[in-house]
Amino acid sequence: MSSTLDGTPGRAAPGTAAERVTELRERMNGMQRARWEPNGRALPGGLAGLLPNGMLRSGVVYTVENSTSLIMAILGAATTDGGWGAIVGLPDFGVEAALGFGIDLERLVLVPSPGDQWLAVTAALVDVLPLVVVRPQRSVGAAEVARLGARLRQTGCTLLVAGTWAQSEAALRVTGSRWEGLGTGHGYLSGRDLTVAVIDRNGPRRTERLHLPDRAAGEAGSVDGLPVSRRDPARAVPAARRHPVAG
Amino acid sequence: MTTMNRERTIVLWCPDWPVLAARSAADLPPDTPLALIDRGLVFACSPAARVDGVRRGLTVREAQFRCTGLLVLPYDPVLDRRAFEPVLDGIEALTPGVAVVRPGTCAIRARGPVRYYGGEEAAALALLAYLHTTGLAGARVGIADGPFAAEQAARRGGVPVRIIPPGESAVFLAPLPVGEVVDVPLGILLARLGVHTLGQFAALPAQDVHRRFGAAAARAHGRAAGHEREEVVPRTPTPVFDRGQDFEPALDRIDQLAFALRSTADDFVQALREQTLVCTAVSILVTTEDGSLTDRTWRHPRWFTATDLIDRVRWQLQGDGRAGSGLAAGIVRVVLSPERVDAVANHEDGLWGTGPDERIHHALTRVQGLVGHAGVVTAGVGGGRLLADRQRWVPWGDDTAPGADSRGPARPWSGSLGGQTPSTVYREHRPVTLLAANDRPVSTDDRGGLDGVPVVFEPHPLDVGTDGTGRHTVVAWAGPWPVQERWWDPATARTVHRVQIVEDTGDAWLLALDDQGWRAEARYD
Repeated sequence: MSSTLDGTPGRAAPGTAAERVTELRERMNGMQRARWEPNGRALPGGLAGLLPNGMLRSGVVYTVENSTSLIMAILGAATTDGGWGAIVGLPDFGVEAALGFGIDLERLVLVPSPGDQWLAVTAALVDVLPLVVVRPQRSVGAAEVARLGARLRQTGCTLLVAGTWAQSEAALRVTGSRWEGLGTGHGYLSGRDLTVAVIDRNGPRRTERLHLPDRAAGEAGSVDGLPVSRRDPARAVPAARRHPVAG
Repeated sequence: MTTMNRERTIVLWCPDWPVLAARSAADLPPDTPLALIDRGLVFACSPAARVDGVRRGLTVREAQFRCTGLLVLPYDPVLDRRAFEPVLDGIEALTPGVAVVRPGTCAIRARGPVRYYGGEEAAALALLAYLHTTGLAGARVGIADGPFAAEQAARRGGVPVRIIPPGESAVFLAPLPVGEVVDVPLGILLARLGVHTLGQFAALPAQDVHRRFGAAAARAHGRAAGHEREEVVPRTPTPVFDRGQDFEPALDRIDQLAFALRSTADDFVQALREQTLVCTAVSILVTTEDGSLTDRTWRHPRWFTATDLIDRVRWQLQGDGRAGSGLAAGIVRVVLSPERVDAVANHEDGLWGTGPDERIHHALTRVQGLVGHAGVVTAGVGGGRLLADRQRWVPWGDDTAPGADSRGPARPWSGSLGGQTPSTVYREHRPVTLLAANDRPVSTDDRGGLDGVPVVFEPHPLDVGTDGTGRHTVVAWAGPWPVQERWWDPATARTVHRVQIVEDTGDAWLLALDDQGWRAEARYD
């Protein structure tokens, strides 16, 4: 450390050494923060309105009852830093759409039909992967929920359940969607305004609106089906603000 | 005279070696007319095929025309070499210093065996006797000064053993065509110059040949004149990394097998490790009591440890039925042989950076233990018109599917879907109902349009939620978009009309109409 300070040209001025020490302290703090992540990832744009505090917290369970697109949007936004994701028990998961949501397929693992082993498979995956999506094949007992919850808290993995789950941080359910681009006998589906009912663990029941997918990225991702560059998550603006009335 | 003796060479030649190798690999009867094809041309053919006029260099069609019962197999050079390996081992047990000229032909320095067996004839007969015991009855031996002359003696003798006395190689070679020693362009040139036989070629002054045609031709000239500079360079036997284990009595439970195989697998990995190698692809051969063989090659994203090997054996035996550990037939033999090895230095763990991926790999391997090898996949997008065709699943650890460039998603797939991509793509057939206003099923007319306006939609029972009634009004629709694939082939031809609909609850569907009626191809959920 001292040699670094000696080597810096700023040593000539008396005030800059103290500034440099402050800067280094900040860097050290920053590094420590990076290693210890108590909260999780902030979700961009409209997705932030869905979840409590706009955060996808680590070590907890969220449920998305009836929308694979919403799961893909959350997965795509939460793995922009190169994190791995896993999909358990969704044999009909649309890979091409996932690509359009900015999910890196090379870092996505699918266990399409785990059968009776789905809970064991999920437990094995939450040990190492930061984000796991699972569709329960049966209702889960309270003891199993508690055991998996403890494991999640320990490993810091976020579990997205496509279905229902006893202790979830937030439960999302799509209650309505308004489609763009399709008429009676002409056009094709191009965009969608979602109404999502959110049951927050410690807040009131509320309803949010969201536009999926983000217009620019959605077209690039789905028209030609090619791997597109990662979607800029900051552009997922809530649709209610962009299109006040969707026709 | 002593120098002459040192050059004396024995060449063993097994005629039609590629055919013999392919025949024993495919377990065919010896009188089958068989041709091996390399790049569309006949590379080798069996004697039965030759009788009917099949020759090397014919096109497949011409060969099949000449011999209608011809069995055609692709030529596999690796198989050739692999099949020759045990023969070489046997010869090396009789006399050391064997050089492989090509699979099916090997050269031996004559001095040792001749002194041991007491004469060239006796040595040749001893080698032939060994080859006869292995079933290679047609093998020939030639002995001459130098490998080239000896090989020509073996090939052109017409008798099992042909010995060209010392110093007479040039005389023996003289009538042979000059194309035996030079490449095709030079052969044509020499023929135009009036040089047709090796004798005529050898009669040219060596210096002039070198000056006019270069070093390669000078070497060929030496061969033609019977003064070969090449020496027999014995091969260094490659270390054998194959490990096999026999079970007596036969094992009929997988857990028993896994336990019994542990030390063999350890030995396999350790033997490679001693040569600073790791195995990245392994071929596992399992023999059962009833004589059936299963052979499969497994790849590994990193490299095989003993536990990984045993997992692969287990998956190979269980297939997709991952329930019980009982087997259909008892296992009598398991052989592990490395398909691909790599220097261990290329696979060392880094100090930083490889950690997380390695942990993920271990976890996924564990999951594969639970749900089977093909149960854990990575996905990719490929080419195709229907959505299910565009999804590719590759089991974790396998190579990504080849041929991505010819059927890749970037190709123009006319008729593929535009607009937003559905998030749920059904893999299984899900019949649905689409009705027009008078409860009549919607269909297509002769011009490819819908014959009614879709009004009512009933999804498949599996897609009806707990609160849904199952009968919905269609509020928006578009289509039909026809997809016609492979109309020239009745077996795989497919005609599908696709329609997008939005129903009153806000759910959007992509439906497809084929001869079996409407089905849900995908859902925008």
